[in-house]
Amino acid sequence: MENYIVAMLVFAGLYGMMALGLNLIWGMAGMINLGLVGFFGFGAYVSAMLTRRHFELPIPVGWMAAAVLTALAGALVALTVARLKGDYLAIVTLGFSEIVRLVGSNEIKFTGGTDGISGIPGPWRGSVSPQEFNLIYLGIVAVAVLVCFVICQRIRFSPYGRVLRAIRDDEQVASVAGKNVLAFKVQIFAVGAAIVGLSGALYGHYNAYIAPEGFVPLLTIYIVLALTAGGTGNNTGAVVGSLLVVFFLESMRFVVQYIDFLKPVQVAALREFLIGISLIVVLRFAPQGLFPERTPVHKVPSA
Amino acid sequence: MTPLEELPQLAINGIVQGTILAIPAIGFTACYAVLRYANFTIASHTTMGAFAGYVANVTLGLPAYASLLFAFVIPAISGVLCHEIALRPLLKQGGPLTAAIAAVALTIALENIIRFIFGNDLRGYDLPVYRDWRFDLGFTFVRIGPQQVENAAIGVAVMGAVFAFLAFTRTGKMMRAVADNAALAQIKGVNAETVARLANFLGMGLAGVGGMLLGLDTSIDPLTGFRAVLSIFAAAVVGGLGTIPGAVVGAAVVGIGEEFSLLVLDASYRTAVGFVAILVVLSFRPRGILGERAY
Repeated sequence: MENYIVAMLVFAGLYGMMALGLNLIWGMAGMINLGLVGFFGFGAYVSAMLTRRHFELPIPVGWMAAAVLTALAGALVALTVARLKGDYLAIVTLGFSEIVRLVGSNEIKFTGGTDGISGIPGPWRGSVSPQEFNLIYLGIVAVAVLVCFVICQRIRFSPYGRVLRAIRDDEQVASVAGKNVLAFKVQIFAVGAAIVGLSGALYGHYNAYIAPEGFVPLLTIYIVLALTAGGTGNNTGAVVGSLLVVFFLESMRFVVQYIDFLKPVQVAALREFLIGISLIVVLRFAPQGLFPERTPVHKVPSA
Repeated sequence: MTPLEELPQLAINGIVQGTILAIPAIGFTACYAVLRYANFTIASHTTMGAFAGYVANVTLGLPAYASLLFAFVIPAISGVLCHEIALRPLLKQGGPLTAAIAAVALTIALENIIRFIFGNDLRGYDLPVYRDWRFDLGFTFVRIGPQQVENAAIGVAVMGAVFAFLAFTRTGKMMRAVADNAALAQIKGVNAETVARLANFLGMGLAGVGGMLLGLDTSIDPLTGFRAVLSIFAAAVVGGLGTIPGAVVGAAVVGIGEEFSLLVLDASYRTAVGFVAILVVLSFRPRGILGERAY
């Protein structure tokens, strides 16, 4: 049971990082990203290919490379789509995540195709007991969440973050004020993508196995739900929201399995159905989330 | 076979594919034209149509043509309900982007209702099997299946009906008026709510017909709509989001493009063609071939 709780906390941490990344891109800069899972998968593949499939580089190198390369991919996507309106952005980012999955399934030489990549090394896996490994990994994920959280908070409360919010609220005003809107958008998209990519890399090394069917749009919905429930625009909300979503998902697992006339496929369908519905309910009845975004107030020094 | 010898066959397949694709693309673009947000429930309504047609055809034993009616009506009703219960309040309260996000969540919910009832197995329609026709073009042969011809004919007939509806009926003109200028239409006494309901009814119904037509050729499962959705978006965006003739042109471009891509790409990358088409069009002609500006 402790093992199970630790594993769920690891997932809550990974989701929390994704929610932080989404909060930078969407919550602060106002660019919808429905292709979050694409960046997550991209990071997971980069790290797994570098540390297992093609080279045997040390694990931290894989993590770093995942963050850097996903940032590049994010910048590239942002450059292509930064000028687009919301609807188009939603379509293109959703398409991007499907392309990542498509490439993952078909470039068998690099990604192992639908079989995925197995045996991805984990830090000290094998030399410690599984319980200890779980705890060590929880520690690593906790540190990663903390680092990302601090970075995101710094961005949020800095003049840089203020510009992002200005762009979100009115792009034209921001550019009239002399801000290079495109540069800001590309940069923040890259930073957000890097965090999501790192989360994906951490996932791969924890799970020891990745495959294209692990990177489905449903995961993006989890994260949007986490961020919306926690409070869009608020980093604390992103992390707390992820904890809530994992708790919600897992408690549903327990409830649903007691309805014993259901087939396994029906149980899975029921869970996914409830997730979809709960996002709609949250959007409708608690659009601000648990921790509404409060724009930081800057004290004007008295003259 | 050399590429030149393959070309006629690919062109025919592409035209058939484009004709089928145009139906859900018209549905998507019609909803967008009236309501101004990307209604992602198009994916699950495509699947829903495929399954409604399946129940009519296999469970009730109706012929394929009669089943198409089911494939239209069930998703059409569901589309109106989705709009009334979930999406309209969100559109009012949070704007188009909130509605689009909610639509993604809704499409996952609907897809799982279908999965709950039917499971994940592949299912096929109950259709008579015909032999393909073979034509000799002198330098190469082409094969055409009677089913392909039938699907394309149905596609053309549905498109014709939609165009006639929009051009000649009062309700169709109302829809076009709202799409063109919602405020002006309101002043002229057009009820925006009625038109929104109609757009959802028509749009999701067309998605359903498209889903069944896509399934007639192969088989259906709860992911049928989701697999097609990138091509549907591509058709709508390439043609110009919000214009119905654009959706037809876009569908032809994407359908033929997907087939021609087989000359240089592996068949599994077929859906990537739609995505590339979206990127190319948005980079060089953001309004699409026939549409308005994307930004």
